[in-house]
Amino acid sequence: MRKALILAAALLVLGGGALFYTVRAARVVADGGAAAFDLARPGQIVVRDGRTGLVRGSRTRCERFATASGTGICLVTDVAKTYAVVVDRTMRETRRLHIAGIPSRARVSSSGRMISWTVFVTGDSYNTSGFSTWTGILDNRTGYAVTNMEQIPLIKDGRRYHSADVNYWGVTFAPDDNRFYATVSTRGKTYLVEGDYGKWEARVLRANAECPSLSPDGGRLVFKKRMPGGAWRLHALDLATMAETPLAEQADVDDQAAWLDGATVMYAKGGDVWAVPADGTGAPRLLVADASSPSAVR
Amino acid sequence: MYISGFRYRGLTTAVPANVLALGVVSLVTDISAEMVTAVLPYYAVLVLGLSPLAYGLLDGLYFGVTALVRLAAGHAADRWQRRKLVAGIGYGLSAACKLGLLAAGNSVGLLGAVVAADRTGKGLRTAPRDALISLSATPETQGQAFGVHRAMDTVGAFLGPLAAFAVLGATGAYDAVFVVSFAIAVLGVVLLALYVRETPALPAQQGVRLGPALALLRLPPFRRICLTAAALGLVTISDPFVYLLLQKGTGIAPEHFPLLPLGTAAVYLLLAVPLGRLADRWGRVPVFLLGHLALVGVYALLATGAPYWLVLALFGLFYAATDGVLMAAAGPLLPAHLRTSGLAVLQTGQAVARMLSSILFGAAWTLAGPVPGLVAMGAGVVACLALWKVVR
Repeated sequence: MRKALILAAALLVLGGGALFYTVRAARVVADGGAAAFDLARPGQIVVRDGRTGLVRGSRTRCERFATASGTGICLVTDVAKTYAVVVDRTMRETRRLHIAGIPSRARVSSSGRMISWTVFVTGDSYNTSGFSTWTGILDNRTGYAVTNMEQIPLIKDGRRYHSADVNYWGVTFAPDDNRFYATVSTRGKTYLVEGDYGKWEARVLRANAECPSLSPDGGRLVFKKRMPGGAWRLHALDLATMAETPLAEQADVDDQAAWLDGATVMYAKGGDVWAVPADGTGAPRLLVADASSPSAVR
Repeated sequence: MYISGFRYRGLTTAVPANVLALGVVSLVTDISAEMVTAVLPYYAVLVLGLSPLAYGLLDGLYFGVTALVRLAAGHAADRWQRRKLVAGIGYGLSAACKLGLLAAGNSVGLLGAVVAADRTGKGLRTAPRDALISLSATPETQGQAFGVHRAMDTVGAFLGPLAAFAVLGATGAYDAVFVVSFAIAVLGVVLLALYVRETPALPAQQGVRLGPALALLRLPPFRRICLTAAALGLVTISDPFVYLLLQKGTGIAPEHFPLLPLGTAAVYLLLAVPLGRLADRWGRVPVFLLGHLALVGVYALLATGAPYWLVLALFGLFYAATDGVLMAAAGPLLPAHLRTSGLAVLQTGQAVARMLSSILFGAAWTLAGPVPGLVAMGAGVVACLALWKVVR
């Protein structure tokens, strides 16, 4: 009898506490954005709000967002379902693809035509040391979509490379909407690849360069490089000379950078968006507080 | 000590109340644990912004710590004859870790530490809990007792993800999932404190030292079972690889990928009790060894690309015939006052072997592809089964 009473009291306290917290958490409502939101307004920095999960100023909720030339890509997760939603400059949905996995990266080419994303696929994850990424590319003009690019023919050391464990992530397209860069991981190593969308082929450029981001002029990449201690540091790569320069950001950055202008990149760090010159000079500065997924509208 | 049982296929069965109580504690605790497991990758990637690679690193860490903790917990439980207390500390630590997930905030390092502490809690509680089950059941019904416990445990594993996504769907808030998981974990600790009884401390066994615990390995039947379990562990492919191979082989949509373990669990749930009873009647070691034939079947089906449901069914059969049955086979071989240490040694040996197996199979997969790796592992299982007759 005494035991039953203690148990009933515990159930009451624990159940009540859990319910109270859940109801309170559910009450955090999104602040309504402006109805007349314009994605293409030049000079603005579009971000995802860290508190509400909305594209700031709009009423659209996304886990990852990117935009260029009046086209936006919004990766959204609804319980266990994930969609890649293409939106126009008024944030109206124009296309929706059912993709599966946890949103990780999203990009739109400067013309707004080539859209790419990476999701993270996981099984039961306790004691899993393996993981799988699915990277998709959508040609928004033709509507043709590849949901997992891992079958793309890959050239490494001058030869066709085959392995069951290739994973791609972090695609970035050049202004010609055909050349692209991405990361591939295989046999425990990561490599930077250069791809040709029309020929549907990729070749390895160098080792240890993840989440590349191509400059607006198409000549330089900023990427994250794994340091001996395990942290990621932002570096720049001149594609003409293949010379590598560490950026002034000293902290561990785990994001695909985006270009603020022709000389500066921005990235998420500690829940905020920061900016740093792309040539190794200067110092990082806080750009937008409590935000992620930045895109600079040109 | 015994509550009279339910009618089961015309047989009256009695499951000790303590085993049922431990089953309920495991069921509740597993709901809590699996809630976090289901949403942790989402939380790490979406909220903390970790890349998949960083998440993989976070997830693969700290194995060595849990192995040591397991042995230490077994020793402590025997030394003071306080199995329930040590198990309770393990359950309590894991419960506290659910709040630790909230406290870790945006720090990846802290999150890694909380995940490690959670696993430490699991390492602490497993051997004392299994020793309690073993000591609460008669030597003749060990298989049934472990079968009932494992079946109840698996029910919790089913309900956890459902509960997690229900909370997440209602609130969209990961912290709410962690808080609900914490409340359920605390309920598990309360149930343990109220309804699980310490098995009577044994007289004249004060001052258990490390020596006698390790000397258990000099008992021929126990040593033989430890060596066999470790050898078979070396050729047992870990779950994630099985599901990854299935997904690659059959092209199952990635959104259904998280459902694959539930298929295995369903079969395990259905067969745990019948196979435990069968083991009591036919012998636990033969059932444990023959269960590995199901594993060979899993490898063969994976290598030839057979239907996924057949793989899941055989994999569930493998678990039902080996997991609880191994504990049921080893328990009665150990003196009661050293049972926790003995089971801890056995579980640690098996876990270390499986860890090595993952590394070996991962290397074989990347170097030669999955099929040669599967063939080698399958040959290894058959060799181990053949060697059982020889090893002393």
